Amino acid sequence: MKNENLYNYILGIADNSLILGQRMGELCGHGPSLETDIACTNISLDLFGQVRSYFQYAGKIAGDGRTEDDIAMLRKEREYKNVLLVEQPNTNFAYTIGRQFLFDVYHLAFLAELQKSSDLTLSAIANKCIKEVSYHERFSSDWVKRLGDGTEESNQKMQDAINDLWTYTDELFHLTEADKATVAEGIGVDVTKLKDNYYKSVSNLLTEARLQTPESKWFQKGGKQGVHTEHLGYLLSDLQYMQRTYPNMEW
Amino acid sequence: MTATEQHIDETLIPILEQVSDPEIPVLSIMDMGVVRSAVIVNNSVKVEITPTYSGCPAMDVIGDDIKKVLKEAGYESQVDLILHPAWTTDWITPRGRKALEDYGIAAPLEAEADKDVLLHGKRIVKCTNCGSQNTRLVSQFGSTACKAQFQCEDCQEPFDYFKCLK
Repeated sequence: MKNENLYNYILGIADNSLILGQRMGELCGHGPSLETDIACTNISLDLFGQVRSYFQYAGKIAGDGRTEDDIAMLRKEREYKNVLLVEQPNTNFAYTIGRQFLFDVYHLAFLAELQKSSDLTLSAIANKCIKEVSYHERFSSDWVKRLGDGTEESNQKMQDAINDLWTYTDELFHLTEADKATVAEGIGVDVTKLKDNYYKSVSNLLTEARLQTPESKWFQKGGKQGVHTEHLGYLLSDLQYMQRTYPNMEW
Repeated sequence: MTATEQHIDETLIPILEQVSDPEIPVLSIMDMGVVRSAVIVNNSVKVEITPTYSGCPAMDVIGDDIKKVLKEAGYESQVDLILHPAWTTDWITPRGRKALEDYGIAAPLEAEADKDVLLHGKRIVKCTNCGSQNTRLVSQFGSTACKAQFQCEDCQEPFDYFKCLK
């Protein structure tokens, strides 16, 4: 492939939205209340829509006839480039919200930079997505505050979720080979520069929510290289079921 | 093309006005502002539409519906989805805003007011049933990605509010 770095770079961005979208979609019909159920599935829908834009573009770059569906549905686990954070399960609602919040703060800052990309398609997609993601970030921050500043039990659950998910946050700011190559061309975002502000914003909101910012310095990584936690395989078996069972199916 | 400019051949306007958003049937895609260009080249029409929200499932249906009405009017057509410039609620026409209100969906406020409502619980969204501003945000996400749920505290009517997108 002529433009392999750009192709991989786009997959790196889109896989985060795809896997997180699948996780949020799992709550369809299972949200703790009708309103939150609808909110989570709306967020899922936004993310899938964004993924379509990215994968359509990636398909064009690949130039060998592969479609958005092929890219989304027919790769093996090791070929997914999403960060470990987004594949973590919906252990309880606090985990769902914590994962969303820790990703949204990053996602918003990332898209703000991607808008400045010299690649006009990517900057147009970012320009579109950032409007939607600012709603996601409002929703998740609002719930972190509500649960953190709620009852003793909700505070404890929210704190547990943040403590457990914290170990996956540092990976958001690691550069892959595709990142480095595209940053050098003015296309990609140098995520290392987003890190300080990220931890500042997250910590401020946690304080506002009467939650402690974890102090652990031990961070897990691997997702960006395709080395995932045990959860992704199960998620993919759900995601890919139809396409694997009925190859070339159409609606 | 500048951000708000549209290129639509006048003869095509009445044809395209027949197509509505399948989720808001009272609103034509022209009043919605999703058609960014429509030009006739050798009896074939090239149309560009832009999605309201990335994941809006209505876009595929809208594309098919456009092809259908143009075919009935004797045109072959090609419909492309464009992302830039990104759609904004400012592109909904005054007639579109009225159609939304009549249908029971509160039209989008300006960005600042929208923030006050969705973030700070300010009561300024007008109930589409009784007109009262004593309305409460129920959920930031409504029946579709573009709407939030509200309830009127006077007449108790639940209704959708079309969120401001800029």
